[in-house]
Amino acid sequence: MLLEYLAIAVLIVLATVVALIAIGLGGLFGPKKKTVNKSMPYESGMMPIGPGTRRMPVRYYLIGVLFILFDIEVVFFLPWAIVFRQLGWFGLIEMVVFVAILLVGYVYAWKKGALEWE
Amino acid sequence: MPPINFNDIEVLLPLIILVIWACLLLLVDLFIPKKHKWLTALLAAFGLALTLGFTLSQLGSESNGFCATGKPSICMVVLDGFSVLVNALLLLTGLLGVALAYGYLKRMGIERGEYYTLMLFSISGMMLMAQASDLIIVFLALELLSLPLYVLSAFARSNSDSQEAGLKYFLLGAFSSGFILYGIALVYGATGSTSLSQIFEIASVGTSSLLLTIGAALILVGLGFKVAAVPFHMWTPDVYQGAPTPVTAFMTAGAKIAGFAALLRVFGSAFPNLSEDITPILWALSAATMIVGNLLAIAQTNIKRMLAYSSIAHTGYILMAFVPYGNPEVAPVSIAAGLFYLFAYTITNFGAWGVVIALEQKESKGLQISDYAGLRRKYPVLAGAMTVFMFSLIGFPPTLGMVGKFYLFRAVLSGGYTGLAIIGVVTSLVSAFYYLRVVVNMYMFAGEPKTDNEFWLRFTIAGAALVTVVFSLVPQGLFAWASRAVLKLF
Amino acid sequence: MVPQDYYIALSAILFTIGALGVLIRRNALIIFMSIEMMLNAANLAFVTFANTYQHLNGRIIAFFVIAVAAAEVAVGLALIVAIFKSKHSIDVDQMSSLKG
Repeated sequence: MLLEYLAIAVLIVLATVVALIAIGLGGLFGPKKKTVNKSMPYESGMMPIGPGTRRMPVRYYLIGVLFILFDIEVVFFLPWAIVFRQLGWFGLIEMVVFVAILLVGYVYAWKKGALEWE
Repeated sequence: MPPINFNDIEVLLPLIILVIWACLLLLVDLFIPKKHKWLTALLAAFGLALTLGFTLSQLGSESNGFCATGKPSICMVVLDGFSVLVNALLLLTGLLGVALAYGYLKRMGIERGEYYTLMLFSISGMMLMAQASDLIIVFLALELLSLPLYVLSAFARSNSDSQEAGLKYFLLGAFSSGFILYGIALVYGATGSTSLSQIFEIASVGTSSLLLTIGAALILVGLGFKVAAVPFHMWTPDVYQGAPTPVTAFMTAGAKIAGFAALLRVFGSAFPNLSEDITPILWALSAATMIVGNLLAIAQTNIKRMLAYSSIAHTGYILMAFVPYGNPEVAPVSIAAGLFYLFAYTITNFGAWGVVIALEQKESKGLQISDYAGLRRKYPVLAGAMTVFMFSLIGFPPTLGMVGKFYLFRAVLSGGYTGLAIIGVVTSLVSAFYYLRVVVNMYMFAGEPKTDNEFWLRFTIAGAALVTVVFSLVPQGLFAWASRAVLKLF
Repeated sequence: MVPQDYYIALSAILFTIGALGVLIRRNALIIFMSIEMMLNAANLAFVTFANTYQHLNGRIIAFFVIAVAAAEVAVGLALIVAIFKSKHSIDVDQMSSLKG
């Protein structure tokens, strides 16, 4: 029932209220002095260099897409692993075929140089 | 432990061979030097021919594959006369596609081996579509055929038109896949099954449910996008114009055949009970597609765009055959006529696109209809072939197009859809206007068209022209084959 | 337990938002995200119905859809990146070199 979630709802409300009170009190009574250094973005104590939104090299995108493609396949491994014993040889052959197809893609990407960083 | 069932493998044998061949070709192509990409094309064609041989060896056999344990009526794929006929047609499309592409890719400087691999993958998706007997297989096949086509549309990477075509095709194709998937989800919700035969059984027992009707309508919208039926046709002219021409030729034929195969499988086997709701929608779609496609084609000056609208119009004609799909007395003849028309359109269409490819120059030059002026004087054979194709697209004798339209209109009339047949005839007359404009340009005006001498391209064009004329004189055998193929569906 | 109808309603709402997003937004990436949302709405419907009928089909289908969506991401992003490289924009309204 929805009531089971009541405790979590109470916790969320309480946590929010406590946090708001703490920040609100600090803002009300604390001293406020604005300096240049204070309004700078925080970068581990160093002077900030360059614009905040840095552009990523397009190489990251290639690696990312390859990662997604091969990573998603795990979705099929998990249920397979659970019923592996019931499936027996049939399941093993199926998975070998599946992995072989993945390997074709992997070899293709490798040979085309998609995995090289430079 | 489920036993390894060799019957399952037999049902999908041609498809399995094609997929293995495509995977191997992808790897082999890595080791073929850039100068010898003809080898990749040859290997791809050989793979297609091999698969065609295996497909034809399945003629007459009927079987189900990948069935649920203990329930032989719930299966994922099916092998029957219809699937064999459609698969053979698709493989023929592939062979023609390879023949058209080889010289073109070289001439335009976009020759890469992946072209052929992608084509093989796309064809395997189309073949799976023709054999699907479960909605989820329909969806997977649809994606398998579409994803390579998106890439192929954008294959001329440096050409911004091609990029644009690829992106537009991708966005609208994925959009339509979303509709189909949600439709499948609703149908699954209404019946508790995705197997086409199960859906039919469950739906014929209970009262018609709203969820099922909405699901079927969403699937219809999605497939309407894929076969480019009005009002879901907006992407078609842009994509067909921007994509490399051999890809367009392949898409207009292959994707259409696969889309109609899916339409027939899904609606013919799962939703005959909904025909009261669906038939009027199909009627309207077909009429709108014929009218809009033909009218908009008149205004075009670019031949690729004109043929794109012509392909929309022909979708309308083929859709006519599907209107009486729920009536088991009329449907077999009608669907057989539709299949025959698909064959006629495929051959003619490849021929016409072949001529377009022959005259296309770099940077999308030579694509205006006015560029065809003077073709008769310089290249009389090419002009003659183009005339045959244009006549066939209109439906003039003695061409396949005429025979196809004859069968089609006869079937539609015997089904009692006189209004639709009248619209078909009138729009065919209208279409003569823009097809004949190409012929007039070739024969009456002076000009200096240019073309290269590419053997396989010439061979394909000449072969298509020959088949268009010769088969129109002896169409009975083919029509009988189509009739036999669809008989078991109803 | 939350009633099944709520899930289906949520999935219908997600699907509608996705479809509207495709029609209204002009940025190719956002259109693409909307399409993904449509697919995931269908996934939610599949899983819910599978729960209603108490069989596995719907859940397995959801796996397939996830894999297909990943393949679509790869193709779609590649196309969008290629276009951005040459046009420096992925606004679909600027894709207008093809018309007539």
